[in-house]
Amino acid sequence: MTEANPFSPSAHELSKESRARLAQFGTLTVSIFLLIPVALILGMIAYKAWPALSWAYLTGDVTRSGAAGGIWGPLMGTFYLTLLCLAIVAPIGVLAGIYINEYAPDNQLTRTIMVAVTSLAGVPSIVHALFGLGAFVAAMGMHKGLLAAAMTLSVMTLPVIITSTREALSSVPKNFREACWNLGASRWQTIRTIVLPNSFGGILTGVILVIARAAGETAPIMFMGAVMWLRIAPSGPERLAPYGLNDEFMAMSNHLNLISKDIPGMPEQMKFGSAFVLLALILFINGIASLVRLRLRRRKRW
Amino acid sequence: MHPTHLEFRNLTVRYGPKKALDDISFSVPKHSVIGIVGPANSGKSTLLKTINRTLEFIDIARTEGEVLVDSVNVKEIDNVYSLRRRIGMVFPLPVGLPMSIYDNVAYAPRRMGIHDKKHLDELVETCLRDSVLWDEVKDRLDLLGTKLSGGQQQRLTLARALSLEPEILCLDEFSIAIDPVTTMKIEEVLMRLKERMTIILVTNLTQQARRMADAVAFINASELIEWGPTGQLFTAPKKEITGRYLNGDFG
Amino acid sequence: MSRTPSRSNRRTNLLAINEKIIEFFIRACGWSSIFLVIAIFCFVFWYAAPLLPKIDWFGHDGFFTSTNWHAKEREGATYGILAMLVGNFAVAAVAMVIAIPLGLAAAVYISEFAGPRAKEWFKVAIEILAAIPSIVWGFIAITMIGPILIKYAGATMGTNLLNGGIVLGLMSVPLIVSLAEDSLRAVPDNYREAAMALGANRWEIVYRVLFPAARSGLLAACMLGVGRAIGETMAVLLATGNKNQIPHALTDPMTTLTATIAAEMGDAEAGSPHSQALFTIGLLLLVITCAINLTANLIIRGNKRKIAAS
Repeated sequence: MTEANPFSPSAHELSKESRARLAQFGTLTVSIFLLIPVALILGMIAYKAWPALSWAYLTGDVTRSGAAGGIWGPLMGTFYLTLLCLAIVAPIGVLAGIYINEYAPDNQLTRTIMVAVTSLAGVPSIVHALFGLGAFVAAMGMHKGLLAAAMTLSVMTLPVIITSTREALSSVPKNFREACWNLGASRWQTIRTIVLPNSFGGILTGVILVIARAAGETAPIMFMGAVMWLRIAPSGPERLAPYGLNDEFMAMSNHLNLISKDIPGMPEQMKFGSAFVLLALILFINGIASLVRLRLRRRKRW
Repeated sequence: MHPTHLEFRNLTVRYGPKKALDDISFSVPKHSVIGIVGPANSGKSTLLKTINRTLEFIDIARTEGEVLVDSVNVKEIDNVYSLRRRIGMVFPLPVGLPMSIYDNVAYAPRRMGIHDKKHLDELVETCLRDSVLWDEVKDRLDLLGTKLSGGQQQRLTLARALSLEPEILCLDEFSIAIDPVTTMKIEEVLMRLKERMTIILVTNLTQQARRMADAVAFINASELIEWGPTGQLFTAPKKEITGRYLNGDFG
Repeated sequence: MSRTPSRSNRRTNLLAINEKIIEFFIRACGWSSIFLVIAIFCFVFWYAAPLLPKIDWFGHDGFFTSTNWHAKEREGATYGILAMLVGNFAVAAVAMVIAIPLGLAAAVYISEFAGPRAKEWFKVAIEILAAIPSIVWGFIAITMIGPILIKYAGATMGTNLLNGGIVLGLMSVPLIVSLAEDSLRAVPDNYREAAMALGANRWEIVYRVLFPAARSGLLAACMLGVGRAIGETMAVLLATGNKNQIPHALTDPMTTLTATIAAEMGDAEAGSPHSQALFTIGLLLLVITCAINLTANLIIRGNKRKIAAS
């Protein structure tokens, strides 16, 4: 009788191995099964939107109460809304992140702040809209317009900046700070000269993510001044800055919301056109954030 | 006999409930080298942190007693940053800041408001020469400080510490992470620097203290066991435990 | 080298004062999130408050017990939100039934089986999925998924519970994947190594070692997914048909707390009982989502402490 190779697999091990391969195949299939419908959906949107996309579409005015024309007005609205939101939330958020990571002592108050940031991030977007209505419009008497909407978006996106700033700051090793303190530099000098310059990329990523969030959100701006149609100057510098701080405005996200319902006489490709433009914009912005993050990883200075 | 530069009076430091230093009292004359020796975790690093008040960055630390520089209680100095600039610090782990070698050494002077290029150029060269790093890096001053070797980074740290012409230079086990050749170079530097400043040398290497220090203080488990001239402590210590430690029986 | 003591001391004195001012501003910003959370609770409560004592909570037309939502009426308005409440949880449940298996499978594949190239591609795909804004999902629900459901699932209306569940499920997958990945990765390496030394293959390691060890992390991931799903507004508004009824079948149109607020707030007069009722719903939403999020985060933090201690 020849002796079996002691290292060759037994029947039990073979069946275990096949189960492992089944599991690997199974999870791979499920993952692909998840992504294929999404890819199909995105592809379909692009396909149906294609006939409508043109320079005239992007720069033309919304006409016939939204059923035809171009999307220049909503594009401008989204642009300024995002810009305003950023101008408000970026300084406060970055400084808050600096406080939490660089100044806050390790005590209960700091832990409460962390809980507050997480809680803020979990508030439903419609509740943010209610807060905006209650605090800015009703209590502070602001007009339902660009500024109030931007402030509502700022409250909503604050946790995003705080979290990415914190992550970026904490990636700077502690001994750099100690070296500076021992040279007589103050906390803020150290932050300004060593910590911030070396966490700039991470903070930038957070800012870009805020841009994407602010551009895509609908609920917080729905009753804060976003409207279906406004007359915009057909030419001149006002075309580039159509809305005042207290004016009502159009925005891409709200525009898409309104045209999703049945609008008689609106060709399908225009609906898909708006969806496509908004989607492409958001994905593009997120793509830039990812690129920044990638370049960051490569340029390590320590 | 030089006047007293640094004095500890009944200094006690607690981290929460734990005592890191217990009723420490001794003094250091100007332009001398004092070796602070003792086994690991005896409180030696904490002692250095009380001198330039960087202990304040540790939330749970509490101090009692006094630390006096030139007979002034350091806690009563309003401007803590001016205090820290009079005291140079070198840590166990070499630290190169993530900027050019030039910017590393110029960091502290620039924070002080010195921006004149010629002045900074001179300053950087002097400090790098003093810390025996100049010849190795003079052609590549724009190299990132973090890319230097451990021994080079430690000398860079020394150069940074010297850039503000400190009165007191503190070194906390500076040689444990670097090669023997660099250690020897730095020890030679310290002996030269003694003429310009007072040097506090914390070390666990008793022979290093014997080589370099004028006086030695032995701290064990947060207590100051004994202190005095080097020769006396090594040949005729008053406490038995001092003799055992200096002999290498423990620690 | 000369030192100018008087100049340098003046400069560092300015530095000390400067430092204190800057620290004040930074501290204020640091506390901003606490202020805002408290403010949100206060304002939503404030604008719901006038109606609260007048509401019948558990009676015949009760807030929690009836589906009679006739908030616009001037006389005899009723505020029964039962249909919306059930709707919220129903659509979240359907969404989790879709998202959790898909998300877990994807997380297991990405973190345990995939090679480095496949890993990168999958992560990019998940990131793209996560970036799609909810209004676009709503659009997709109405224009693309709805007609499919009508044609193949026998639905009379394309916007219904199933549609909402599908869309919400797809939206929740990235969150589940990233949290599940985190908790799988948090299992200490020596667990894996020990299992390998005992002869376990990859699947056994996942099934017998990682899942039990990461169990509470995965539970927290699911809770956070549910919390997000309950709070979602635009996608469910467009996808579920906005009909105030309790769904009995997957193809029934329905509504949620979030959708009702979104649909009716535009018409509600400021200060009217209608508006106060909508704020009351908002308050309820706030309480539910905060409770879920806090619990889930407590679990996650408890986990981190356990791992740090081990």
